[in-house]
Amino acid sequence: MKLKLKIWRQKNAQDKGKMVDYDIEGVSGDMSFLEMLDVLNNQLIGKDEDPVAFDHDCREGICGSCSLFINGEAHGPDRLITTCQLHMRKFKDGDTVYIEPFRAGAFPVIKDLVVDRSALDRIQQAGGYVSVNTSGNTQDANAIPVPKSDADKAFDAATCIGCGACVASCKNASAMLFVAAKVSQFALLPQGKIEAKRRVLNMVEQMDKEGFGSCTNTGACEAECPKGISLENIARMNREYLSASFTANE
Amino acid sequence: MSWLKKTFSSTIGRKFAMALSALFLLVFLLQHFAINITSVFSAGLFNELSHFMGTNPLVQFLLQPVLIAGILLHFILGVYLEMTNKAARPIAYAQYRGSASATWMSRNMAYSGMAILLFMSLHFYDFWVPEIVYKYVEVNPEDPFRYYEELVHKFQNPVRIGLYVAAFVFLSLHLLHGFQSAFQSLGARHPKYYPLIEKLGKIYAIGIPAGFVFIALYHHFFHA
Ligand code: SF4
Ligand code: FES
Repeated sequence: MKLKLKIWRQKNAQDKGKMVDYDIEGVSGDMSFLEMLDVLNNQLIGKDEDPVAFDHDCREGICGSCSLFINGEAHGPDRLITTCQLHMRKFKDGDTVYIEPFRAGAFPVIKDLVVDRSALDRIQQAGGYVSVNTSGNTQDANAIPVPKSDADKAFDAATCIGCGACVASCKNASAMLFVAAKVSQFALLPQGKIEAKRRVLNMVEQMDKEGFGSCTNTGACEAECPKGISLENIARMNREYLSASFTANE
Repeated sequence: MSWLKKTFSSTIGRKFAMALSALFLLVFLLQHFAINITSVFSAGLFNELSHFMGTNPLVQFLLQPVLIAGILLHFILGVYLEMTNKAARPIAYAQYRGSASATWMSRNMAYSGMAILLFMSLHFYDFWVPEIVYKYVEVNPEDPFRYYEELVHKFQNPVRIGLYVAAFVFLSLHLLHGFQSAFQSLGARHPKYYPLIEKLGKIYAIGIPAGFVFIALYHHFFHA
């Protein structure tokens, strides 16, 4: 199949950047989207041109490295998958495909399609952990009973891979779904309850500091999230945040 | 009190304030509708209720200022949110398929809100300003029977009727997202009762604006 690609090219963080057109031939429906970009890059290298920079690592939907805004949607037109899991059979011969970086003020472009998503790491560092004693007398986690339904919900929240598609899809570039997943994953479990108040206050504060927009409940994040993280998590974070604001000691 | 300031200047605190003012306005609108609908079947009852609302000092000097403050808060916060949210994505996408993942209503709250605000300026000019002038500027003696006549008179102009209908379409669009969104912002979302909130939201968002349109059309066509 033949495709017309429109790809965002930007030399570095300072460069203004622009969309550049590329024609690509011989794309097979069995290729993944990233393999299609590999083919393009091989052609570019062959012509002594700068290959297109894009993020990737596991290429099986578990690491959260790959990104890309494809034809106006994060991770492309399919639901519940990452870009590395997107097959080229989703496209038709002769299609024009727009490929852009995840856009948000908090995700500055480093080069081409690679953006700096370390804002999400800093939010995680602000409270997305439990403080446990690892000196050798650590208690077996299974010694503390957890209701199955809570464990399930916590597990669902923990499947967030931190890709940032929620931010990219949101018209407000809000990171609420990501933060809500991280807050929920701990808030639901007894081990996480101890630091729950401080955690949600600190993580939300960091999220606001990073310059993400605020949530207006459009639900675009949930629809585009490759892991199907639910809006219920955002409601839980709202509850956690409000009750922590009114009851925390600090 | 610095914690309170911190809470309400956070993104979650602001949406909490937005939701609280929204719920307050929802209750107000329901009350407004309940009074207006009486005009369809009983001029006497409508006059009585309007007279009460127009002269009761609690309504006039407590509820009325609170209502205006609620509208202003909802409006100012809404504009502020829209501006900061726009700024959170300084470089726009070349292609953005917003409709693939979110409803038109949810993506255009600022525009439907603006349309409602424009309508409210007309509405204030039509009813509230003459009312204030009548009562507090000209200090006319209260006539408990004037309200029904005033209402019927206003609805004779077809241009006004057209504007009313258009405004209520925008109100309906605003509420179709806004109603359930307010509950979500307050953290009230659970598979147990979310379907009910969604259903109530649809009934309210379509029923109330349709009811107001009905009242306007009724007086327009039956009291020519
Ligand atoms: S919530 Fe979903 S879209 Fe957002 S970072 Fe996590 S996995 Fe990605
Ligand atoms: S490369 Fe790891 S999720 Fe796509």
